[in-house]
Amino acid sequence: MKDKFKRIFKGGLGQLTIPIIAIVLLVIFNLIRDPSFFSIGISHNNDGNIVLAGNLISIINGASELAILAMGMTLVTAACGGQDISVGAAAAIAGSAFVKILKASSAITWPTVIAAFLFACVVAMLFGTFNGTLVSVFKIQPMIATLILYTCGRSIAYWINGGATPTVSSPIINALGSFIPGIPVPTPVIIVIVVALVFKLVFQLTSLELFTQSVGINGSAARLNGINSTFIKLLSFIILGVCVAVAGCIGVSRLGLINHETLLLDVEMDAILAVAIGGNNLGGGKFKISGSIIGAYVIQMLTITLYAMKVSSTDVKAYKAIVIIILVVIGSPVIKSKFEKLTRKLRSNKQRVPAKGAE
Amino acid sequence: MNKEKKFFKEPLTDTQLLMTIAIGIFFVMYLLAMAILRGGFLHPQQIFDMLNDNASLIIVSCGLTIVMIGGGIDISVGAVTSLVVMSCVLYLNKGGNIFVSILLALGIGLAFGLVHGYLISYLEIQPFIVTLAGMFFARGLTTILSVNPQKVDHEAFAALRGVKIEIPWLGYYAKNGNLIPGTVELGVVIALVCLLTVFVLLTWLKPGRNFYAMGGNQQSALMLGINVKRTRFLSYVICGLLSGISGYVFMMHTGAGNATNAAGMEMNAIASSIIGGTLLTGGVGNVIGTLFGTLILTTIKKIIVSSALNKPWWQSITTGGMLCFFILLQSIVLWVRAKLRAKKKK
Repeated sequence: MKDKFKRIFKGGLGQLTIPIIAIVLLVIFNLIRDPSFFSIGISHNNDGNIVLAGNLISIINGASELAILAMGMTLVTAACGGQDISVGAAAAIAGSAFVKILKASSAITWPTVIAAFLFACVVAMLFGTFNGTLVSVFKIQPMIATLILYTCGRSIAYWINGGATPTVSSPIINALGSFIPGIPVPTPVIIVIVVALVFKLVFQLTSLELFTQSVGINGSAARLNGINSTFIKLLSFIILGVCVAVAGCIGVSRLGLINHETLLLDVEMDAILAVAIGGNNLGGGKFKISGSIIGAYVIQMLTITLYAMKVSSTDVKAYKAIVIIILVVIGSPVIKSKFEKLTRKLRSNKQRVPAKGAE
Repeated sequence: MNKEKKFFKEPLTDTQLLMTIAIGIFFVMYLLAMAILRGGFLHPQQIFDMLNDNASLIIVSCGLTIVMIGGGIDISVGAVTSLVVMSCVLYLNKGGNIFVSILLALGIGLAFGLVHGYLISYLEIQPFIVTLAGMFFARGLTTILSVNPQKVDHEAFAALRGVKIEIPWLGYYAKNGNLIPGTVELGVVIALVCLLTVFVLLTWLKPGRNFYAMGGNQQSALMLGINVKRTRFLSYVICGLLSGISGYVFMMHTGAGNATNAAGMEMNAIASSIIGGTLLTGGVGNVIGTLFGTLILTTIKKIIVSSALNKPWWQSITTGGMLCFFILLQSIVLWVRAKLRAKKKK
């Protein structure tokens, strides 16, 4: 009975154990602290639309950009065994490109918004290709390759904006950033669902997931099996580029302006954190996109909880760090015991020395 | 071509080769700046200023180089520096003792190093996540201590801050005929002492060589009988300690604490280590190269300030471009070397 339970627990949750435990802990903590934390109300916003309101909605809404970036970041992490630290800067560039086109067009209509979005996508994909080429062709570690764009990305955005912070005001942009009239769910949440479904569909229809994992686990072995590992790595960066463009456009639509300094500030660290909390190995290999999405919501829930506890926004980081450390420490003995089992198994074979035994 | 081949045939290690490239590029860049831009670049004081402004960055980069040689990463160094500055400033303003403040700085750095080292090497958590949490914690704690900028108001500290080493023969004559000697702050001396200590440690002492072995190939290091866990632990402790020292040097330079102090320092430190020839994969690197990496970064900034590129975005765009150039150069050099080596074997 116990064994059965264990098997189900292992098979069913696997690497999702830590993020789900984290979410459950946060929910329990909030329920004890203030049961009304999770109440969802229906209210009218300034435009007179019926919208959902409440802490839970603001958590799900606020984590949208992070969740989208975490999805792309998971793919890059899995394929390249490293992280892209330039997503915040690249999102600022994509947002600037988005605003540039909107400003250039005479009237903001749906076609122009879509054209601007596509342009932002192309720009972000170009920068993704730049990063991806450095990583896949020149074999530079992802963190260093993306350090270049991290250093200069926000300045490039500033340059595109011409040294200003242009604003765009239009009902369409407003609808993208907050609510579409008639739909009570915030639009960014719908976009996250769409992006997640696209990922799911791509994984269902193509072998991208399998290829990415095999490249991440052992690139040269994957190459010997006929997988073009260079292309897979490049592709992961291009896909992240699309995610960056989506996140950047959401960020711009939320505020109705592009500020190259503050748009999605420090989001790269949070995105990497979401990937790690989701139980994905930052060294590459097996991955679960769902884990990263839950990880993003864990981070946002933690932030909103701290705000609800009247912690000032500058001090949140310190408490966040403590919770992160607790989470990863909870996670580590699990890894350790698994790892010990593995070494015991391999030792009993006595034929092979564990390749990653010393880690 | 023939000459180049001979150069590659010499038994230079990857470490030495990358370091040599960095040093060479620094001198070429500086000489070009001297020839074209003239102005301040002709005075030795320019180099002293560069050292004065970057003493704490040099110290932090040394620590980061050790960690990176061991195959790890520490992105908390800038935040720890900032925390040390803020806590020491507050302590001194309450009328504290100067020696206790130094101990406080070292203690904070050491504490972060110990916790990071323990979590990373003994609990086997990914270094990026641990030090990211450390960075968040230190930054958050800094703002909890004080959001407003604080100025040090302490007599003994002011005296310590005022200690400057004057080198008359490297000075220059001002327009009114007075000799202005070249001045070096005490922080630079501390930075150079740290640099030398780390250099000696990495080059001749056993723990230092263990870092290279561990970063090069962990499995073989383990089979050679190196205590990998303790070695990794030690690398983070040293890095933490150096961040503490860097914080104190930073405070001696600015004389004030601010929540945004040393913002982005960790990335600057990583960049200077990389330019100096340290590889993030571990096993390759040298602190002398790191020193020149820091100087190259600063020279780029000085050149941009001196030339007409006065739009606010040029500085970081050029820095990014230079970083790109260096990273590509290293990649190509290592690739060419590997190919030549393979040819030789044939």
